[in-house]
Amino acid sequence: MADKREVKISVKGLKKSFGKLQVLKGIDTEIKAGEVICVIGPSGSGKSTFLRCLNRLEEATDGEILVDGESITAPKADVNKIRRHIGMVFQQFNLFPHYTAKENVMLAPVELKLKTKKEAEEKAIQLLNRVGLSDKADQKPRQLSGGQQQRVAIARALAMEPDIMLFDEPTSALDPEMVCEVLDVMRELAAEGMTMVVVTHEMGFAHDVADRVFFIDEGIIMEQGTPEEVMDNPKNERTQSFLSKVL
Amino acid sequence: MNINLIKVFNESHDLLLNGLKMTVQITLLSLIIALVLGIFICLMNISPYRILKVIAKFYIWLIRGTPMLVQAFYFYFAVPQLIQAITGAPFRIDIFTAGVITLSMNAGAYIAEIFRGSIEAVNVGQMEAARSLGLSYGKSMQKIILPQAIRICLPSLVNQFIITLKDSTILYAIGLPEIMNQAKVYVGRTMQSFATYTWVAIFFLVIVTVLSFISKMVERRLNA
Repeated sequence: MADKREVKISVKGLKKSFGKLQVLKGIDTEIKAGEVICVIGPSGSGKSTFLRCLNRLEEATDGEILVDGESITAPKADVNKIRRHIGMVFQQFNLFPHYTAKENVMLAPVELKLKTKKEAEEKAIQLLNRVGLSDKADQKPRQLSGGQQQRVAIARALAMEPDIMLFDEPTSALDPEMVCEVLDVMRELAAEGMTMVVVTHEMGFAHDVADRVFFIDEGIIMEQGTPEEVMDNPKNERTQSFLSKVL
Repeated sequence: MNINLIKVFNESHDLLLNGLKMTVQITLLSLIIALVLGIFICLMNISPYRILKVIAKFYIWLIRGTPMLVQAFYFYFAVPQLIQAITGAPFRIDIFTAGVITLSMNAGAYIAEIFRGSIEAVNVGQMEAARSLGLSYGKSMQKIILPQAIRICLPSLVNQFIITLKDSTILYAIGLPEIMNQAKVYVGRTMQSFATYTWVAIFFLVIVTVLSFISKMVERRLNA
C-alpha cells in the first residue's frame, strides 16, 4: 500500500560540508506522504544535518531536495514559504521564553497573517488541549517541565498546520520519566497520518512507530527498510554493531 | 584652614549645581546620540556585508584603542585645525559640540559592542525555531531575538550610562563648564578643596545610586 502513496519528499545526491569536513556524502531517498521515518545512527554520523537540510536550516552543498515535486534547494526557492508547511521540533525545545505557552503557539500564524488573533488563540488552546496542556496555556516556558515544554513546542509547530513534521532528537534532553509523554503525542500524530521524519535514540519508539528506519553512518544511509528488517535482522555490519551497543 | 561642609555647600551650590546641570545635559544628549549610533554600528557589525563589518570594527577599534582625553582634544583642537588646513578658512568648533561628539562617539562604540554581545547571547536555537516557523529574518529579530537581547543588555547598558556620566568630567580638560570646572573655580577662590570635591563626589553618588535603582526596577519588571 505504501507504494501507492504520493512522494512527499525526494532527496537526490544530498551532500553537505562544513568547511573541509564532509558530513553528508550523498543521500538519496524518497519519503511518501503519511510515512513515518525514524533516523538512527551513531552521534556525529550526520543524521541531524540530514534533517536540518530538509527545511534548509542547513544549506545543502550539493544535490537537490524536492517537496511535493518542487525544489526547495533551488536558489530562487522562497525559504520562508517552504518552512511554513514543514514543522520542526528541536532537542532543546527552543520555546520563546518571553511568551506564554499559548503565545508561543499563536505567534507564527498571527505574525504571518494567516489567522486573526482570535482564531489563532482558539486554535492554540485546541492544540494545547491536544497535547494535554490546556491548563498551562498562560505559563511561561520556564515554569514548565522539559516534557511539557517539548509538547508545547510540538503544538507550536502544528499551529502552522504543516504536512511534514521534523523531529531532531525530541526526547534526548528529557528526564527519563518525561520521555513517554512526548512520544505518546508523536505516536498520535503518526496515527493521524502526518508525514514525519524523526531523528531519535528511542529504539523502542522507532521499532513501534516507524514505517521505515534509516540507519545513517559516515554521511550516507547505510541501511534502510522496515523496523523488522533494519532493527531485527540488520544486514549491514555497521548497523549490527550499532544496534548491539544501543539495544 | 577649617573644613566646613555645610558652609561650603551654601556658598557653592549655585556654581556646582550649574556645573552639574551642564554635566547631566551633555551626558543625556550624548547618550541619546550614542544609542542611535550604537544601533547602527552594531547592525553594521553583524551584517553579512564585509565592507560594513570592516567599517564598524575599525570604528570600535579606534575608539577603544585611544583614551577619551585624547579624543576630546582631538575633536576640539586637532580636527578643527585639520579642517582649517584643508579649507584654508578659519574654523572653530563650539566647546559643547566638541564635548557631545567626544562623549557620543566614545559611548557609541561601547554600546555597539554591548548590543552585539547581547544579540549573540540569545541562544541560536531561538533564531532557528523562529525561522523554522516561516518567519523572516527581520520578523524573527524583531519578535524573538531583540526582546530577549534587550533584557540581556540592560545591566551593561546602565553601566555604560554611569561610565559616560562620570567620564564627562574629562571634558573639564578642554574647558567645558561642567561640574569639575565649576568646582575648580570655587576652590581657586576659597581653597576649600576637601569640602568642595566631597560635594562633587556626593552629587555623582546620588545620581548613580538613583540610576542603579531605576535600572533594577526596570529589570524586575521586564523579567516578571
